[in-house]
Amino acid sequence: MSEYRVLVVEDSPTMRQLIVFALKRIRNLYIEEAADGVGGLKKLSAQKFDLVVTDINMPIMDGLKLVSLIRNDPQYREVPVVVITTEGATEDRDRALALGANEYITKPIQTARILEVARKMLGI
Amino acid sequence: MGQLLENILTDNKDSGGIYSRAEEFLQVFKKGTEFTQDLLKENERLRFRVLEVEQQYRSETPNVELQLLKESLQRAEAEKQEILDKIRSVEQENLDFSNRYAEIEAENNLLANLYITTYQLHSTFEVSEIIRIIEEVLLNLVGAEKFALFICDDNEQLFQPTINETGEPQIASVQNSDVRIATALSEGQNWIASVDELKILGDTEVKAVIPLTVDDDVIGVLAVYRLLAQKSGFSEIDEEIFSLLGNHAAMAICTAVLRHESVGRINLRQGFLAQV
Repeated sequence: MSEYRVLVVEDSPTMRQLIVFALKRIRNLYIEEAADGVGGLKKLSAQKFDLVVTDINMPIMDGLKLVSLIRNDPQYREVPVVVITTEGATEDRDRALALGANEYITKPIQTARILEVARKMLGI
Repeated sequence: MGQLLENILTDNKDSGGIYSRAEEFLQVFKKGTEFTQDLLKENERLRFRVLEVEQQYRSETPNVELQLLKESLQRAEAEKQEILDKIRSVEQENLDFSNRYAEIEAENNLLANLYITTYQLHSTFEVSEIIRIIEEVLLNLVGAEKFALFICDDNEQLFQPTINETGEPQIASVQNSDVRIATALSEGQNWIASVDELKILGDTEVKAVIPLTVDDDVIGVLAVYRLLAQKSGFSEIDEEIFSLLGNHAAMAICTAVLRHESVGRINLRQGFLAQV
């Protein structure tokens, strides 16, 4: 049985696959995927997660809105959130952290960095 | 006391037997006195000897202890050196493992990127989707900020820009293009600027040129004009991704175009079986 549950919210299939590919190196990890913030919220309301990894720039509902909703909902406000930003977008990154994101990963994404941050957030 | 006894005995010298007994007593007493004196002398001598031995012991003991301590210290020093050597050896081993781990991590990162790029490129028959995937790979995996994908026309003279982040999407002739692009088209070889070259190249100048080839045919070219701010140069992983894109993106585009043109005209199963 999976010990940890992670939700990856990313509109780009390529990036989503890369993130999932990296996270799969952690044992006993169950991963759910969503292509935007709305899909992410649906998954969050249906099951309990130990970590949410989300991109910021997404259609329908972006990552900032998702972070804000997560932090303002008593049901999942304790879930750690990691945002993915581009290096130059410091404003987005700062805003995400101000809204309650716990960590950030910058693009181009390195699998080692994803693993490092995920392990830190999951406390393993 | 001896004198007193002698006087008494002198006063009683006529007393016969008593005198002789007193004389005997006196002789015994004298002998006792002499014996006592001898004993005192012997005692004195022995005490002196004890002092000598004690002094010798005091002078000799520190030397023995010092010697023992020195030997113990030498052993401890040797053990310490041995332990230090072992620590150095373990540290070196640890460093080797750490370097090896970093190499494996880099290798893993490279393989992950290559696998995902290949997987994505061949996951669709839609040309627009393939172009979107190329954009994502260039932006998110390589870290290219401005780039263009040109497709050659039938007579290989003109470029049709399909992705153009560099400015106006104009069709350009091969002759009027950057010399490096023209060279890549004619020779089918990648050109990737080194870190030193990147420092002197202008903002609008091309930084990497990747011909898209299927077998020996160059169907187009991928040109990178600017990298993201945090990238100071192209890495080994970038070069591998470029090489993969050069072959697989070209193949994916050709496959998608052929598929699009052949829809309804070719039965895939029958066509496959006919060629087996």
